[in-house]
Amino acid sequence: MTAELVLQIVLTVAAGLIGVGLFGALSQQTIVMVMMGLELVLNGVLLAGGAAWYFLAPELPDAQVLVVVALVVMAVEMAMGFAVTVAFYRARQLDMIDMASDLRG
Amino acid sequence: MLSDLSGWAITAVAVLGVLSVAAGVAVFVVDSMARATFALLASFLAVAGILLALDLVYLAVVTALMMTIEMAIMAVFMIMFMMNPAGLMPMTMVHNAKGSAVTGAGAFVVLVVGIWTIDWPTRDTSRPADSTRQLGEAIMGSHMLVMLVIGIGLFATILAGTVLATARGRYDRFGPRLDSQRPDDPVSGGLRR
Repeated sequence: MTAELVLQIVLTVAAGLIGVGLFGALSQQTIVMVMMGLELVLNGVLLAGGAAWYFLAPELPDAQVLVVVALVVMAVEMAMGFAVTVAFYRARQLDMIDMASDLRG
Repeated sequence: MLSDLSGWAITAVAVLGVLSVAAGVAVFVVDSMARATFALLASFLAVAGILLALDLVYLAVVTALMMTIEMAIMAVFMIMFMMNPAGLMPMTMVHNAKGSAVTGAGAFVVLVVGIWTIDWPTRDTSRPADSTRQLGEAIMGSHMLVMLVIGIGLFATILAGTVLATARGRYDRFGPRLDSQRPDDPVSGGLRR
């Protein structure tokens, strides 16, 4: 099997994760489930970054650094998402995004 | 050029790839929020397995450990905040499902068309002996700016998370100008009483 074919298969899996995550982030009503959708999108970025390093430029560390950045973005997203959930629940006893539509900028 | 992945590694990548997408779909299909969380964990672990097959040992282990802890915390939050944590009463909690599905499928199609039509470059350089060493030397050397930005970002996250999670701060106790003589506390005691 050629390296290009394996790369394309792995990237297709990553695209699948990004598509499913996008659907979840846009369709879910609860804040925690929206966060799960965003995590799935970042999961796809992790996979694509790893595949890019292995198949395209293993002599350069850039793709690995991109994966590290994606992991940190995941951690920041979780921390801030839960902090917003706690603050929102404390203020209004709600966990649905639709009920916070008045916060739209 | 033939892939230098072994037959077993290619099989593992294929199986884990299918598993990761199937688990990702399961997140939004199952009723139980606890199951959704662990389906997401399964998706992350499958991706960590693929990274392991691609020689990225350090990143695979970090992904697996970090996501296991993250999903354990997420399961607690799910059970705390969701109105139907066990899924005993099936309900759909979605809005604009059709538009979201079209957007998700559209993004997938655009990416797949790009992936399968691009003429990917072939690699003619050597692979590093140790990918972890390569990453470590990069973030402590040529890519140190990335680590500096990450450090500041994480510190800002700690501050912002604490501010958002604090129920009552000094402005609640001493007024918007912090000039109140006596703090407005629900119970007596505390500082400056």
